[in-house]
Amino acid sequence: MSSPATYRPSSVSGISGAAGRLMRLGALAIVGLVLLPLAALLATAAHGTGDLWPHILRNVLPVAITDTAMLVLGVGIIAGTIGTGTAWLVAVCRFPGRGLFEWALLLPLAIPTYIQAFVYVDAVHPLGPIPTAIRAALGMKSPRDLWLPEVRNIWGCILLLGFVLYPYVYLPARAAFLVQTASALDAARTLGHGATATFFRIALPLARPAIAVGVTLALMETVNDIGASEFLGVQTLTLSIYSTWLNRSSLPGAAQIALFMLVIMVGLVMLERWGRRHISHANVGNRARPPMRRELSAWAGATAFLACLVPVTLGFLVPAGHLVNAAYGRFMFRGLPETLLPEALNTALFAAIGTVLALGCGLLLAIAARTGTVRSLLLLRFAALGYAVPGTVLAVGLLVPLAGFDNLVSATVQSLGGPALGLIVSGSGAALIIAYVIRFLAIPVGALETGYEKVGMSLDMAARGLGEAPGGVVRRIHLPLLRPALGTAALLVFVDCMKELPATLMLRPLNFETLASQVYGEAARGSYEDGALAALVIVLVGLIPVILLARLSRPHAG
Amino acid sequence: MRTKQAGTLARRTILGGLVAAAAAFAPLGASAEEVVNVYTTREPALAKPVFDAFTEKTGVKVNTVFVKEGLAERVKAEGAASPADVLMTVDIGNLLDLVDQGVTQNVKSEVLEKAIPANLRGANGEWFAVSMRGRVVYASKDRVKLTAITYEDLAKPEWKGKICIRSGKHPYNTALIAAYIAHHGEAKAEEWLKGLKANLARKPAGGDRENARDILGDICDLGVANSYYVGLMRSGKGGPEQEKWAEAINVILPTFEGGGTNVNVSGASVAKNAPNQANALKLMEFLVSHEAQDVYARANFEYPVVAGSTVDPIIAAFGPLKIDNLDIAKIGQYRKAAADLVDKVGFDN
Repeated sequence: MSSPATYRPSSVSGISGAAGRLMRLGALAIVGLVLLPLAALLATAAHGTGDLWPHILRNVLPVAITDTAMLVLGVGIIAGTIGTGTAWLVAVCRFPGRGLFEWALLLPLAIPTYIQAFVYVDAVHPLGPIPTAIRAALGMKSPRDLWLPEVRNIWGCILLLGFVLYPYVYLPARAAFLVQTASALDAARTLGHGATATFFRIALPLARPAIAVGVTLALMETVNDIGASEFLGVQTLTLSIYSTWLNRSSLPGAAQIALFMLVIMVGLVMLERWGRRHISHANVGNRARPPMRRELSAWAGATAFLACLVPVTLGFLVPAGHLVNAAYGRFMFRGLPETLLPEALNTALFAAIGTVLALGCGLLLAIAARTGTVRSLLLLRFAALGYAVPGTVLAVGLLVPLAGFDNLVSATVQSLGGPALGLIVSGSGAALIIAYVIRFLAIPVGALETGYEKVGMSLDMAARGLGEAPGGVVRRIHLPLLRPALGTAALLVFVDCMKELPATLMLRPLNFETLASQVYGEAARGSYEDGALAALVIVLVGLIPVILLARLSRPHAG
Repeated sequence: MRTKQAGTLARRTILGGLVAAAAAFAPLGASAEEVVNVYTTREPALAKPVFDAFTEKTGVKVNTVFVKEGLAERVKAEGAASPADVLMTVDIGNLLDLVDQGVTQNVKSEVLEKAIPANLRGANGEWFAVSMRGRVVYASKDRVKLTAITYEDLAKPEWKGKICIRSGKHPYNTALIAAYIAHHGEAKAEEWLKGLKANLARKPAGGDRENARDILGDICDLGVANSYYVGLMRSGKGGPEQEKWAEAINVILPTFEGGGTNVNVSGASVAKNAPNQANALKLMEFLVSHEAQDVYARANFEYPVVAGSTVDPIIAAFGPLKIDNLDIAKIGQYRKAAADLVDKVGFDN
């Protein structure tokens, strides 16, 4: 991350006139929208008396904080290590299967965390296909003869989440390694550093901002996860928000815990940024020539092959294979449910609209900040807050202002002699789209911020010097250069919208199902095998953007 | 040139998408068709058979949304403009919550009052139970030789490492623990919960059916779960694998010492601002007809609330259900205390 000085130089005066005013207004409106549910949450929390806190402090928080901390630490280490390690391998080394792994490593993105949990509980259950096959091979009769690891605990949860969330790190890390100048890496080698030292002393520090963005996204997913941790019996803070709300009927108490969690999350993000406040890489974007890939020895090559194969297998091949198997069984048993197609269309349509809007908003904010049209970088930080709030909490926060707005409009129209309009925002799909945008705005904002860092400020100054207007700089210089970042963000947002569950459940209109809500509906009544087909379709539809993403993120694509 | 074409194409695609989306965004209720809008915490697949029967009989279309959590909050926020007519839940606590939050209205209906026993409806018509389920014990056919058991027994040391159950925070278990408190008081309930926790074979996790699977998988000998899952598994509706799970278990209807079997209800209320009140009442009255009660029994394997309705043979085979004498509203009353106990003894940890 560059320092604010290089990000927003004084030599660029910002977009002026009506366009500038419009942009400022738009940026403020977007941030206002993000803060809307948070404000509602604050108001709800303020209603609470706090009489639950002695109980929560004594009996809930100690476990919830320990479990959440362990989960965050564990998933952070696993996703960070796998993501960074495999990114380094495919970016700078040559070994058998490298070209394949380059995109295959992205595949776990298509597996939602709750499906990963359902699948593994199923797959490694004593009666599941894997243990059954092992017992058959060893000639064992009773399920008790074969010892099996139990995945329904925190360790299982850490492993399962780590292996589907590492692509959030792999993607930006690989991009960062690919643009590191060959000269920097060569210089390190000329100075006598081996491959290991080059990695730890040059490549890793240079890639740190990108890795940090990736780990942050992965951890936000972890902290907000509800399906997987609930199913695996892990007591997270998010779960305690739920039980406070639902079992004690105390929404204010739940809102208070949610705010407490939000403070911790924001604190973590700020701490990470503070840790690298002095790091600034002025010329990361100057790529004179791409680094040469180093040929690995036979042993090292085999190790690299395995290091890439294991995450792809555990994060994609096993769950996808199990789903194909279960879905096939279900299909033979019951045929294709007729609701599957409309559900798939709903899912794709809403994800697409959410993606377009989230990207548009993210772009507007990033341009406003880059051109100095909006002075405060704080705006960008606020815009990313939605990602740090559990989906249902966000949904509850949104309900009050949106439905309030609807009632106001409806009452006004009626008082003027018009018809009863009903809930035009909160009763239609619009509320859901708004929730998607607020929730996932952090992705384009983060991606564009790091994307902009690779566009040297000197380009802007040169263009302005040659008489180009600020708008022209954006159109003719920034947008073309930001295309990879935009593409990455678009596909990540799309996949995330498709997998989104808690806000979808809460805000969707009547008679509206997405694939995710269908899977959850089946899982909620303990018949998640019935959801296997829908789950498989989520994975298949999710594969399309992942494959596009793989093509797009090739170094010389476009 | 190429990029320009691609741009136009992209624009067209987006436009097409927006037009298609407009259909999804159109607010409901504009058409003249007879409808009733149901907000339910019940999974759609379970509610659908009954609604389909209703539409066939009356021609009134049932629009549904399955709101797993936050039903009361949603209706409350939607206020006067809410399209919700009927609110349905699968837990007495959640049902009473709706009443407490003021999102229901009192209903006066002779049909409902005649069909539903007084202890299974609100005194002023705030809520009505439409079906029942028992919190029962699944016992391994091979390893457990028992025909009767009490809830109190589950905490005895002889079951150490042998019991499976889902999260103590799940409404079904919260209701059971609340009933225990109502019977024996908080101190005894805490002791019992600690004992039960000590007897668990694995962490409380997953769903109810997994108890049967874990019994077949030799992870545990006893499971605590809802009665109707056995019907869904044993009837083959859950597929051939689940039939095998169900074959591994016997079902025991446990009782409280000096009481009966813990039951929970699925129930319904008419929403405070229901725009289609007449249809809402029509649907509620249909739900307690013998026809609908039979669907509940046959399709979902629940116990009917209306006297004289049939019980599915699979469920009837468990033996006669002796419903606990506890006032069901009491279970709602002790729900918070039950949730506190679950945290206090670290049941899920």
